[in-house]
Amino acid sequence: MKRVALKGIFGRKLRTALTAFAVVLGVAMVTGSLVLTDTMSKAFDSIFESSYQETDVVVSGRSLVDWSDEGNALVPDSLLRQVRALPDVEAAAGSILDLNSSANQAHLIDRDGEIVMGNGNPTFGLGVDPSEPRFNPLELSAGRFAQAPGEVVVDASSARTLGFSIGDGVKIAVGGPIKTFELVGIAKYGDVDTIGSATMAIFHVDEAQRLLEKPGYDVISVAGREGVSDDELLRSIAPLLPANAQVRTAAEQADADKKGVSEFISFIRYALLGFGGIALFVGAFVIFNTLSITVAQRTRELATLRTLGATPAQVLRSVVLEAFAVGLVASLAGIAAGVGLAVGLTELMAAAGLDLPRASTVFQTRTWVAGLALGTLVTLAASVAPALRATRVNAIAAVREGAVAPRGRLARSAFPISVALVVVSAATLGYGLFASDVGVATRILALVVGLLTLFVGVAMVATRLVTPLAHVLGWPGAKLGGAAGQLARGNAVRMPGRTAATAAALMIGLALVTFVTAVGNGLRQSERDAIVRQIDADYVVVSQNGWSTLPAVVGETAAEVDGVEVASSIRRERGRVLGDGVDVSGIDPATLGEVFHVEWSEGSPAALRSLGPSDAIVRKSFADEYGFATGGEFLVRTPTGLMLNLRITGVYDPPRFDSLLGSVLVSRATFDRSFSRPGDSLTLIWSGQPLSTFEDALAAYPDARVVDDETFVDDRAAEIDGILNLLYALLALSVIVSLFGMVNTLVLAVFERTREIGMLRAVGLTRRQTRRMVRHESIVTALIGAALGVPLGLLLATAVTRALAEYDLSLSIPVGALAVFALVAVLAGLAAALLPARRASRLDVLEALQYE
Amino acid sequence: MSVAELRAPEHEAPLAEAIVSIEQVSRRYGDGDTAVDALRGVSLEIERGKLTAVMGPSGSGKSTLMHILAGLDRPTAGRVVLDGVDVTGLSEKKMTLLRREKIGFVFQFFNLLPMLTAEENVLLPLSIAGRKPDEQWLEELLLTVGIADRRKHRPSELSGGQQQRVAIARALVSNPAVLFADEPTGNLDSATSKDVLHVLRNAVDDLGQTTVMVTHDAGAASMADRILFIADGRIVKDLRESTAREVIAAMQEVTGR
Ligand SMILES: Nc1ncnc2c1ncn2[C@@H]1O[C@H](COP(=O)(O)OP(=O)(O)OP(=O)(O)O)[C@@H](O)[C@H]1O
Ligand SMILES: [Mg+2]
Repeated sequence: MKRVALKGIFGRKLRTALTAFAVVLGVAMVTGSLVLTDTMSKAFDSIFESSYQETDVVVSGRSLVDWSDEGNALVPDSLLRQVRALPDVEAAAGSILDLNSSANQAHLIDRDGEIVMGNGNPTFGLGVDPSEPRFNPLELSAGRFAQAPGEVVVDASSARTLGFSIGDGVKIAVGGPIKTFELVGIAKYGDVDTIGSATMAIFHVDEAQRLLEKPGYDVISVAGREGVSDDELLRSIAPLLPANAQVRTAAEQADADKKGVSEFISFIRYALLGFGGIALFVGAFVIFNTLSITVAQRTRELATLRTLGATPAQVLRSVVLEAFAVGLVASLAGIAAGVGLAVGLTELMAAAGLDLPRASTVFQTRTWVAGLALGTLVTLAASVAPALRATRVNAIAAVREGAVAPRGRLARSAFPISVALVVVSAATLGYGLFASDVGVATRILALVVGLLTLFVGVAMVATRLVTPLAHVLGWPGAKLGGAAGQLARGNAVRMPGRTAATAAALMIGLALVTFVTAVGNGLRQSERDAIVRQIDADYVVVSQNGWSTLPAVVGETAAEVDGVEVASSIRRERGRVLGDGVDVSGIDPATLGEVFHVEWSEGSPAALRSLGPSDAIVRKSFADEYGFATGGEFLVRTPTGLMLNLRITGVYDPPRFDSLLGSVLVSRATFDRSFSRPGDSLTLIWSGQPLSTFEDALAAYPDARVVDDETFVDDRAAEIDGILNLLYALLALSVIVSLFGMVNTLVLAVFERTREIGMLRAVGLTRRQTRRMVRHESIVTALIGAALGVPLGLLLATAVTRALAEYDLSLSIPVGALAVFALVAVLAGLAAALLPARRASRLDVLEALQYE
Repeated sequence: MSVAELRAPEHEAPLAEAIVSIEQVSRRYGDGDTAVDALRGVSLEIERGKLTAVMGPSGSGKSTLMHILAGLDRPTAGRVVLDGVDVTGLSEKKMTLLRREKIGFVFQFFNLLPMLTAEENVLLPLSIAGRKPDEQWLEELLLTVGIADRRKHRPSELSGGQQQRVAIARALVSNPAVLFADEPTGNLDSATSKDVLHVLRNAVDDLGQTTVMVTHDAGAASMADRILFIADGRIVKDLRESTAREVIAAMQEVTGR
């Protein structure tokens, strides 16, 4: 029997290969995600470790406020002198080297005068002490380190791509307007040209402190004397430390440095794994369907085995064994493909200038174990129902033409079961979406389980819907395609279960795509509404990337342009209230009201105009969360450790979707006194001058961008498109997997109908008509997938929108996009039919007629 | 009105005129040492309005001959003229269209489409050709083959004999010049076989339908106007109307050699 099962695989190479491919893609995605993220993680490990190679311990500032623009607290200069004076210390150096901080910014300007953006990657401005090379993670590939003001070193990657060579004057915007520095050296970070596609401008540490307005160091690296242990060194330094500094071993510091990156990588990992999981789930449908069809087609063969004395258990084993073998081989292929995918992506990123350190590809045991187990188990699980069905084939079928296995008890009650599944899944989804007081983990579990059962349930219910749907959706084909179109429509409903399962695989992808589009559309709409409700200005000055702050001088320069009626800058920084990070905005009480709609919950515009040095206006959601009200007082801690005591004079209620102001509004004077390096998130301007006037005025600040109010709204909304495109790319994978399912079903159908096709050809169906017949069937199936998936996606989007109603999320149905999806379905159908249609039309009429 | 009156005039030509003729036709499968000569220089004329039976031992080339007569297969050598058209050099597409126009088929396996009703199956060749059915002709046809009362049934709801009648009606619906039937009763019991043979005989007598039928059954062959015996790819005997007994005797003579 084992031989029979394995022979079967070789006898049906094409469909086995197509089935396997459905698994290969999912497994490749899963292993690829693991390998890619493990490799990235190792690469970053080596970067962060190379920062402290010959360092024993590191003194650094504490992170007082998370996500702050200012970064961690600084280590005062005086501490360096004290540390150097310690008897245990051989050497110590201070540097500006915090790679996690957005405070260390220096923008290189290319030869055309354009700012180098590095596609959203960091633009570091760093400072090292050239007299202590052992602490310096940078390695010169040419020239020397900067010694004096006006000198700079850039990373090897930027020097190469921008065509800088030693002795050149390099324009850099750091802290304020563009200045020209002399390029004295080109350096690598550890053993890579740069980190990712970040640009690095490396100054002398004293110059960096001045340029970046940092009255201290990010870190002090310390090497102990011969024979002094790290512990002894830690103990001798600890008593010197101010409250906002800490000392750690080099290894601990490297771990702490990479925490942010690690979290980011693990987020990417789970996101990619999620999409891999979806692809595998769709793959399971394909496998289930293919095996079901194969079992049905092998009824004769299985029955003959039964007449020869095979027991039902042996038949079961032979089907499961076949699935197991396919799953195993496909998983192995998937793992190989996954590694290839990861390597390919790394190369691709390198080619795109995102050069990660050349860590060799990391292939952990758990990666292949997970790939192998997932792929094989999914395949096995999908084979259970077809295998059980195979056991019901009895010997008599061997002698009867066209006999099929009797339906099992389960299959007979499939409809009630499927309806029950849909109801239960809807309830589970509802619980996950709407129930209050459930943990995040429970919620996610409920949503995932609910969604998966929903798909299975709808796929089962779809068996009943196929016939009416095919009737409607096949109508144009039947009208246009003549006999071929009519035959195709008939073929599509011959085996409603098969068509339903095939369409369901496509349905999953399309439902998710529709969901993403509808929610994305809603988000975009909500974003537009929110911004339009807040801003009331001709022009807005923002940074190039839209989210980092601009030096205060930019807003001041814009305000001085002739013909400006009102210019109001809004500062932004993070603060900490009762242990939680909050956004604090520094506003101009006199002008804000003229360019910005503040919606009041308590208080009035008067409260804004009379905002005093220790007054604050707070956001309603913030006030509610902490139980604050007008008249109340609270403390805000700044990133440098300062404490601000504020009294609430008003409560405002911005659009919940995207508030351009922070939770706490203070006057700009108070803000500038409290935060060490005030920056603006926005400057809003009323002026009759043309846009170009402001562009010219701000030419010295390449990171600043002036846009009119409409462009500002468009840009904010467009940010959502970027995320949507990424999701589309990832969901495309599951659509591709379902394409394999469609090809498979069609190939099997053509195979099964060989004699019938021969007959049709004999009575005058031309090759072209034959191809059309297969194509139309494929399109009808794909359209059924769309007809199920699109409404399902909209339904899910509606539910999610309802659940998120408190965030002002509106639902807007993307009609144009839905038409595109229908078109995509038709194209998918056409693509899937290519090979099967060719096979059908190439069938030799005579052979086909004699085919059994 | 009789069925015969509904036939197109072109089929009312005098008897004994050739509608298909082949000259020195050979058909070789494969090449080299393993080559099989299924037909070896066969010349033959199929007469209009007659029922011709083809008999012979298994593997003698009956089906091959029929496929070539019907334009389903091409000879390796020789010439085939079908209703005045030399098909030897025709393209695949022209052949398909010619089959559509001039040829009807009945197979051993009925090859009905399971998702279509009996009537839809009968109309299939017309719908493939994009032609409108003549309602009256369809009625007569369904009556002639005896499935008028089963027209809305699907193949799975019909007996084997009924399915074969549907297949015959399907072959006749487009007024083919020649109807070919390869072992049309090979899959039926003897009583049902007889019914089906009568349907074919009636088509010849009432409709003037030229028919060529391959059969292993002497009884079936005895209903033919002419019986061709084939062995080893050659026509070895050509009988006119014969009794079953004569057919069996001829059969033994042919296989006995
Ligand atoms: N496609 C093919 N390839 C190779 N040889 C073939 C092919 N088709 C038929 N033959 C050979 O040609 C010869 C004649 O075959 P054919 O099918 O015409 O026989 P037949 O008289 O119809 O037999 P049966 O009564 O069994 O149907 C046989 O020897 C057969 O093996
Ligand atoms: Mg034969």
